[in-house]
Amino acid sequence: MSSYNIIDHEYDVVVLGAGGSGLRAAVGLSEAGLKTACISKVFPTRSHTSAAQGGISAALGNMGEDDWRWHMYDTVKGADWLGDQDSIEYLCKEAPKAVLELEKYGVPFSRTDEGKIYQRPFGGMTKNYGNGIVQRTCAAADRTGHAILHTLYGQALKHNTEFFIEYFALDLLMKDGECKGLIAWNLNDGTIHRFRAHTVIIATGGYGKVYYSATSAHTCTGDGNAMVLRAGLPLQDMEFVQFHPTGIYGHGTLISEGVRGEGGYLVNSKGERFMERYAPNAKDLASRDVVSRSMSIEINEGRGVGKDQDHVHLHLSHLDKSVIENRLPGITEAARLFANVDVTKEPIPVVPTVHYNMGGIPTNYKAEVLTVNGSEKTVPGLMAIGEAACVSVHGANRLGSNSLIDLVVFGRAAAKRAAELIKPGAPHEEIPETETQKCLDRFDKLRNAQGDNSTAELRLAMQKTMQSKCAVFRTEKNLEEGVNEIRKTYDSMDSISVKDRSLVFNTDLVETLEFDNLIRQAVTTVDSAYHRKESRGAHAREDYPNRDDKKFMQHTLAWCDGKDTKITYRPVHNSTLTNEVQYFPPQERVY
Amino acid sequence: MAQISLPKNSEVNKGKYFKDKTGSKNIRKVNVYRWDPSTEENPRIDTYEVDMDNCPSKVLDILNKIKNEIDPTLAYRRSCAHGVCGSCAMNMGGKNGLACTKPHAEIDGDIDIYPLPHLKVKRDLIGDLDGLYKQYQSIEPWLKNNSSKDTNEIFQSKEDRAKLDGAYECIMCACCSTSCPSYWWNGDKYLGPAVLLQAYRWIVDSRDDERKARLKKVADELKLYRCHTILNCTSACPKGLNPAKAIAEIKKMLATANV
Repeated sequence: MSSYNIIDHEYDVVVLGAGGSGLRAAVGLSEAGLKTACISKVFPTRSHTSAAQGGISAALGNMGEDDWRWHMYDTVKGADWLGDQDSIEYLCKEAPKAVLELEKYGVPFSRTDEGKIYQRPFGGMTKNYGNGIVQRTCAAADRTGHAILHTLYGQALKHNTEFFIEYFALDLLMKDGECKGLIAWNLNDGTIHRFRAHTVIIATGGYGKVYYSATSAHTCTGDGNAMVLRAGLPLQDMEFVQFHPTGIYGHGTLISEGVRGEGGYLVNSKGERFMERYAPNAKDLASRDVVSRSMSIEINEGRGVGKDQDHVHLHLSHLDKSVIENRLPGITEAARLFANVDVTKEPIPVVPTVHYNMGGIPTNYKAEVLTVNGSEKTVPGLMAIGEAACVSVHGANRLGSNSLIDLVVFGRAAAKRAAELIKPGAPHEEIPETETQKCLDRFDKLRNAQGDNSTAELRLAMQKTMQSKCAVFRTEKNLEEGVNEIRKTYDSMDSISVKDRSLVFNTDLVETLEFDNLIRQAVTTVDSAYHRKESRGAHAREDYPNRDDKKFMQHTLAWCDGKDTKITYRPVHNSTLTNEVQYFPPQERVY
Repeated sequence: MAQISLPKNSEVNKGKYFKDKTGSKNIRKVNVYRWDPSTEENPRIDTYEVDMDNCPSKVLDILNKIKNEIDPTLAYRRSCAHGVCGSCAMNMGGKNGLACTKPHAEIDGDIDIYPLPHLKVKRDLIGDLDGLYKQYQSIEPWLKNNSSKDTNEIFQSKEDRAKLDGAYECIMCACCSTSCPSYWWNGDKYLGPAVLLQAYRWIVDSRDDERKARLKKVADELKLYRCHTILNCTSACPKGLNPAKAIAEIKKMLATANV
């Protein structure tokens, strides 16, 4: 049995993660008078929200007529009908309010001539239910995520939110199927902390780092998702991994869809604007899964550019210089630093790159975590928001600029719901010591691991497997290989090695704990993909090229105990939240 | 008689030498500052021989290579790897910068990697920025607008919005403040370039109603006027911003406005 000194804390609510959604929730909770702790493994402004570039969607109508119902239709279609329409209605209807609130907080949005928030075109965003392009994506140049994250951190400071920074969360504390708090390790001094809370809100972001090439940060390891799996709860729709069409070739740095929104376009080795063939109407502004698949086909059929013909070109040198300077300064810098390209003269080499996880912790539109036990049930004391959550508003494919709006709308919703459920200062229940012990035993075992496999080697093996077996196009054969191969990597965990024995900023151990989190999500992702025998949104099966609404208009739920998974399904919600809009029945999805 | 001596652990020792095991002909020596507060040992400089034939172009790539292939105990902060999160600020070849955007080809000879200067060190390359973050909070980095109860947005002209360019992009990496001799000397009282640039960002935001109060708040011999226009800050900024100019603008506003 491992023995560590434990420092105890009691809060009404603990928010885990300090990116866009976590900070927005923390602000709302503090406003509601709830005693709130916000725990993060990095300083808040280092969170990956800072990397979001193009913008945040909301039907403000600043650049011509718009309607939240149109936004809803686009999102439903973008999701390839796997999204829950009650949640999507909530998202799109609340979006304008949420953006205006951000503006009031001080976000430095770009402006129109009239002084209103500037909005740009984005993939899949249309007017009048798919008839023409609309400008709906609110932008702060091409640094919208950065601007929002820093502004939200300022708001959290204004509300005196209590932060626990550079604390690494280990596990949830559960009792009779309810969440009672969590345990975290303080990297600054090596101490172990136990937080009791009436509600834990997980806002830990995505897990892009299961792949070799991703726009995701090193820290995008889905720690909250893995904590949920270890608590015996399922993750939802994990097979839906978004490949962003334009990651810089060889480096993975994101080049915003805003480039195409402002008039940039993709070109193959023959100089063709090939998107005209795949999406005659929307062209380069079709949704991301469509563009990424089209690029992959061009490359597979030998029309890629470069020495190995394995990428394509993104042209923007034809754009007005002032457009590049004022609206795309960040990607100009990124292209120079990571592709050695002057965008005013040369195209950027780009390739589809892992970018976003549609899947995650299942929740309803109030951010309460769901599980299925006979029927759909909420898990008391547990909420999830942001990329960690699967509400599901993005379904099988997220539209660009719908993630930032997801963060603030559901961050706000979580705070609102917690304020309804919790009486400030209510006493806390005792948590059985066994929960703490179980968590610390795992920690201690990894801390003292003395095997032969370094964490970096195992992580690389996992990433290569996912990259080759669970990519843009999938088949029964390569998924089956993936299912087996990823388990070999899982088994190698038994002989993992951690060389650093310190408890202060032991990043060797942090990365090992992160790997332990990643590998569970890799297993659930490839297993979920194997079992979904249809093509829908980002999940493209060459052996099952069509969508199968009869069998698979359902959310995948994956439980994972070690390397053993259990896959079941729950129906997609087929009704709206109110009468203000009608349910959009499934249609063929063309752009 | 007063004894003037440095604390024992300020002496940096020669550390371990990690010889190349790949047999590469293209080797560079990388000297890295190491210190773990949980041991009694003094800081040391470890030297790593790194195979440059299989190493991408940035200093962060070297550190990742060391951590993944040579010595997993090396501790440093990193996250986005493309210059937007500000985690991997450190001192490389004697200059502050972001390891993820700094090409190692720009450094001649052996590559020396240290934490940002004049910070307390938490471990290895991880500096203690808590003081700077507190100073950031002290300038109240949030919009103060009295009409903020309205449901409509606050209009801002393109020209007014343009005043925020060069200020709102700051990623709080602290490269500027930790390159500033005034901040080294008076870092507890002088706000330093990073925080003053943020103060400026709110002072010039046309939507903010507290411009005068904000100016008054920084108009202090130590908070503001310890800036002696050395301009290290501007030369250090990895985002190409100009904190020195922002500080000069604040001084100019104070000199001309009646606050």
